[in-house]
Amino acid sequence: MKSKFRVKGLDCANCANELERAIQKLEGVESVSISFMTQKMEIEYDESREEEMIQKVKKLIKKEEPDVTIEEV
Amino acid sequence: MNMMKQKGIRIIIAMILFIIAFIINFKNEWIQLILFVIAYGIVGLEIVRKAIRNMARGKVFDENFLMTVATIGAFGIGEYPEAVAVMLFYQIGELFQSYAVDQSRKSISSLMDIRPDFANVEKDGTIEKMDPDEVKIGEIIVVKPGEKIPLDGYVIEGKSSLDTKALTGESLPQEVVKGEEVLSGSININGVIKIKVTKEYAQSTVSKILDLVENASSKKSKSENFITKFARYYTPIVVIIALALAFLPPLIMKDATFSDWLYRALSFLVVSCPCALVISIPLSFFGGIGGASKMGILVKGSNYLEQLANTEIVVFDKTGTLTEGVFEVQKVKAIGMSEEELLKITAIAENYSNHPIALSVKKAYNKKIEENQIIKTEERSGYGIVSVIGEQKVFVGNEKLMKEEQIEFVKCNDVGTILYVAIEGKYVGYILIADKIKEDAISTIKSLKKNNIKQIVMLTGDREEVGENVGKKLGIDKVYAELLPDSKVKKVESLLKEKSKKGKLVFVGDGINDTPVLAISDIGIAMGGLGADSAIEVADIVLMTDEPSKIVDAIHLSKRTMRIVKENILFAIAIKILVLIFSAFGLSTMWEAVFADVGVSVIAIINALRVLKVKNRK
Repeated sequence: MKSKFRVKGLDCANCANELERAIQKLEGVESVSISFMTQKMEIEYDESREEEMIQKVKKLIKKEEPDVTIEEV
Repeated sequence: MNMMKQKGIRIIIAMILFIIAFIINFKNEWIQLILFVIAYGIVGLEIVRKAIRNMARGKVFDENFLMTVATIGAFGIGEYPEAVAVMLFYQIGELFQSYAVDQSRKSISSLMDIRPDFANVEKDGTIEKMDPDEVKIGEIIVVKPGEKIPLDGYVIEGKSSLDTKALTGESLPQEVVKGEEVLSGSININGVIKIKVTKEYAQSTVSKILDLVENASSKKSKSENFITKFARYYTPIVVIIALALAFLPPLIMKDATFSDWLYRALSFLVVSCPCALVISIPLSFFGGIGGASKMGILVKGSNYLEQLANTEIVVFDKTGTLTEGVFEVQKVKAIGMSEEELLKITAIAENYSNHPIALSVKKAYNKKIEENQIIKTEERSGYGIVSVIGEQKVFVGNEKLMKEEQIEFVKCNDVGTILYVAIEGKYVGYILIADKIKEDAISTIKSLKKNNIKQIVMLTGDREEVGENVGKKLGIDKVYAELLPDSKVKKVESLLKEKSKKGKLVFVGDGINDTPVLAISDIGIAMGGLGADSAIEVADIVLMTDEPSKIVDAIHLSKRTMRIVKENILFAIAIKILVLIFSAFGLSTMWEAVFADVGVSVIAIINALRVLKVKNRK
């Protein structure tokens, strides 16, 4: 299952890359791509665990980049 | 007040304080130090705060942290001006960076400003304003001048000119009248038109284009991945060397002073931030993709824009791509009468036929036909038409018709469909009808060759002689004719083996019957992409118009983008490494280090922004 999010508060391109790498390592995430230019995140994960996955990703973002929030589009 | 302005003001205040402290020779050194500290606080507190927060989470290679350590270290060894300057310039660089990114985002979104906000739906004589999402197929919408057409459909009432620039890059307005198809996203210029909706919003041209452009940057290019990887190793390595530089020489060498080597190490920390490099690359691609969509070329990912620069083989489909796919009268050869007369008599004879050939004859004649002259028309399938016009019996058809009627004629060897015409058993000439080659096809092939494309190939399902003829006219290297859709796939598969390892094969088609080929090519380009839906899905690049010359534009743009990307990578890495070496030997100061960090990032960003400036050739 693929979801798209708008990413707010990303202030550097390298941070976007670091965040992408951290999320990629999350168990259950099949693929993730964060574009600093469009401030969007596209993430693919196990459909049966949708709720859990989104919570996990949000938690991770909070830990890695406290200023960043995401919002599904 | 927005964040950027706030930051700008803080920078200016800190800058003034910094200059005062720097220039004026205060008797009391403490005043100077206090001024520097205040300036530092104004401009750098935000960074220090982030650094502390990140340090607590163990992120020591974070740039806020590195900058903080470098500047506080500089304060520690008494290099006050350097400490403030590093922070000040770092912030200026950051500000500039967010400004540049913001600008390019804006310029691209304005260019993509095609999203319709509402649709005026006509219901029982009244007009209701609705969300385009809620309008169903078959409903009638009214579009006034100045409004965007919200959904695809066709005109059922009124006429107008449409501005399709945002969709196709074409600056000439498109005239539409009753019965013609209109695309969502175009802007109605002057007349009120009523449109019958043929596609739901989600399937409409406008949402497809927006989708495409918005998702383009999620497919990352090799250069972007390289730079991300580089950044991952670069920073830790530089930081580790900095640590070694600060502590090892003073321990090993007798006359080495700690503060001297610490200074060198701090310079390292200033240069260790990778962000300039990391931002300038996606920024270039983003600009390239934006510039391309401005020209009516939709690129689905940075990776395709990158690969296009390495095109080695271009494979074209013939019909609809290099030729119009429309049959037109190419030549009229009359014997014993004028060409106009021959065309006229043929047009009259074919008046009642709806065969594509007959239609093109009538189109070429383009005058009103006096139907009362036609006494009788007999269509002989596979042969042609025999009509009685006035008192004359007119035969229009192929060789077989002439032979059957035992009419003596001169066989014509031109390529295309040949209509032989005879009146009362006497041969009077022929009309050649063929698919027309697109206006810009010849120049496209020429420019491709100039751009060092190694092989240009044309595939067609058409007859050998037709294919050869078109190929020769255009200057195409290889023509494969009489191919069925699946043999086109096989041909492309074998062509894929002929290119070099780095080279790419580009296939260009109109999306009708060639989706499998689009899919297996390195880069599949669908032309006139507004038509075939499946083509838009599988193609990597979609040309909004059906001009083949757009391919040349796309390759140019790709090469330009790649040149800028390479310049940025080389320039930034070279300067950084140079300054690192100089700092290590104590040949350069923290001032050069600041330049290597901020200066380089500003230059790289300005360079990247150049991609956005696309010259429109028209």
